[in-house]
Amino acid sequence: MKNLKFRIMIDKFFIILIAILTFAIIVPLFAILFYVVKQGVSVINWEFFVSLPAPIGVKGGGISNAIVGTLILIFLSAIISIPLGITAGIFLSEYNSSRLSNYVRLSTEILQGIPSIVMGIIAYIWIVKPIGRFSALSGAVALGIMMLPLVVKSTEENLRLIPQSLREASLALGVPYYRTILKVVLPASLSGILTGILIGIARVAGETAPLLFTAFGSPYMNVNILKPINSLPLLIFNYASSPYHEWQRIAWGASFVLIVFVLILSLMTKGLTRKWKTEF
Amino acid sequence: METPSLSRSNGLVRDTPLTRPNISSKRNFPEIFFRFTLFLSGIVVLLLISAILLTLILNALPSIKAFGLEFLSSSTWDPVSGKFGSLAFIVGTLLTSFLALIISIPFSLAISIFLGEYYKKGGLPSTLGSTIELLSGIPSIIYGFWGLLILAPIVRAMEMKLGIVPYGVGIFTASIILAIMIIPYSASLGRDVINLVPSELKEGAYALGATRFEVIKKIVVPYARSGIIAGFLLSLGRALGETMAVTMVIGNANFFTLNIFSPANTMASIIANEFTEATGKLYLSSLIEIGLVLFLITAVINFTGKWIINRLDIRGSKK
Repeated sequence: MKNLKFRIMIDKFFIILIAILTFAIIVPLFAILFYVVKQGVSVINWEFFVSLPAPIGVKGGGISNAIVGTLILIFLSAIISIPLGITAGIFLSEYNSSRLSNYVRLSTEILQGIPSIVMGIIAYIWIVKPIGRFSALSGAVALGIMMLPLVVKSTEENLRLIPQSLREASLALGVPYYRTILKVVLPASLSGILTGILIGIARVAGETAPLLFTAFGSPYMNVNILKPINSLPLLIFNYASSPYHEWQRIAWGASFVLIVFVLILSLMTKGLTRKWKTEF
Repeated sequence: METPSLSRSNGLVRDTPLTRPNISSKRNFPEIFFRFTLFLSGIVVLLLISAILLTLILNALPSIKAFGLEFLSSSTWDPVSGKFGSLAFIVGTLLTSFLALIISIPFSLAISIFLGEYYKKGGLPSTLGSTIELLSGIPSIIYGFWGLLILAPIVRAMEMKLGIVPYGVGIFTASIILAIMIIPYSASLGRDVINLVPSELKEGAYALGATRFEVIKKIVVPYARSGIIAGFLLSLGRALGETMAVTMVIGNANFFTLNIFSPANTMASIIANEFTEATGKLYLSSLIEIGLVLFLITAVINFTGKWIINRLDIRGSKK
């Protein structure tokens, strides 16, 4: 047996090492947030939100088209993924151990693991190629499929938390099965499902890779979903890798807006869980 | 439609939904329609994943036919003469991801132990927990942007001091960014499994006179080992598929290299860079085949990780 003092010393040393390594993780976080805020805030003003990107050499310019584009893309992908995601989630929780539901569960796992760039390829082949041009719709399809597994999973998991007695009570009152699910079980797990949806939105809001050859980006304001559209991450990518200082400044500003947007979404998620949580 | 079977339900586990017997046929229609919708959406999800896989395979077919297995073993990427081999990108992907994993391991392990064993509850761990959550919420494009403008110059200065060709961008820089991005994943899973270690085991060891370090080294970590490894695998799966952050800092060089300070390309970044410029069927098809290979590699890694986690759940429930 080793000397007791030595062992205690090792123990002390170990906790110090663990603490140092743990707190080291804060360094990159603050470094990133610090730079984004420092570079971003100076760009932000009213004009930044309402004007279009300026051509090279012209000072100023804004990101209004990217903000509108991001919102359109999120809205479309939500329309694509939420209805299907919720019904598939109900299916998984109701037909828990049927063979089909095992396959569906497996598919959801695979869907979740697909690299985002591959989703871009799929949307390109499915939508861009037949239409013949880049479009907001194709970007939304890629984002929607990425969001789908998150919605399915959160719906399934939250429905399972609802106690069996609640269904039995409703069925005992003579409520048909489908109404029990739609009017009793689903509302009871609403907060959890909404949380899942918000997490999904937060995830796709920052996605760039699947949009590179689907939504493509555009310097103009566009609300036609069959035309190329700009989005915040795409704008950051295009401007960040450009050599023009003015464009890089705009990219920092856009990064700041994007981070704030994602932060607000995650705060909403937390608030939702706390406020609407149904306890049984 | 599926009917509830008595043989499978044991009263504790809900196998099949409760159904009302003898519903009149008039009220039965919405019922049937509802069930039909549920089944349909399940089938749509199933079809979706099959269609994705089929689309990738069909569109990669020209390249698979033209190059066969040589596609995976050759590192010639020459769009001008129409010769495509993906070895350089496969190696680039594996090199960046594994290097990122190695960099991230000490940190994520430390966080897992710190939050799972030393400080389980209270203000400090919950602040730390939300900090880590925040880190995982930052969009990858912002990591890439930050890496390009802030981290790459730092790496360049370091390389100059070390006397290496100072590219700044390259595999090493990409790995650092990736490591920061994947730490939250393995750390949060690691914390959960370390939390699951039964306190009887730990108390037994303390009673024998072990110090806390010895308990962690000989009881906690071995017990939680498979869960920790699963966390590493899942974060590796994420690193393999990450595109934007890597594309911005890897330097985009299409040659085979094992030098970690050299610029390179990963499978995801070559697709991101060249897909829109790809002219010719074979060129596009080769890029799609890279996407297919990337998809398969990530799927295998993810499944191994999830398989380990599922086995853990079974063991936990038997206790």
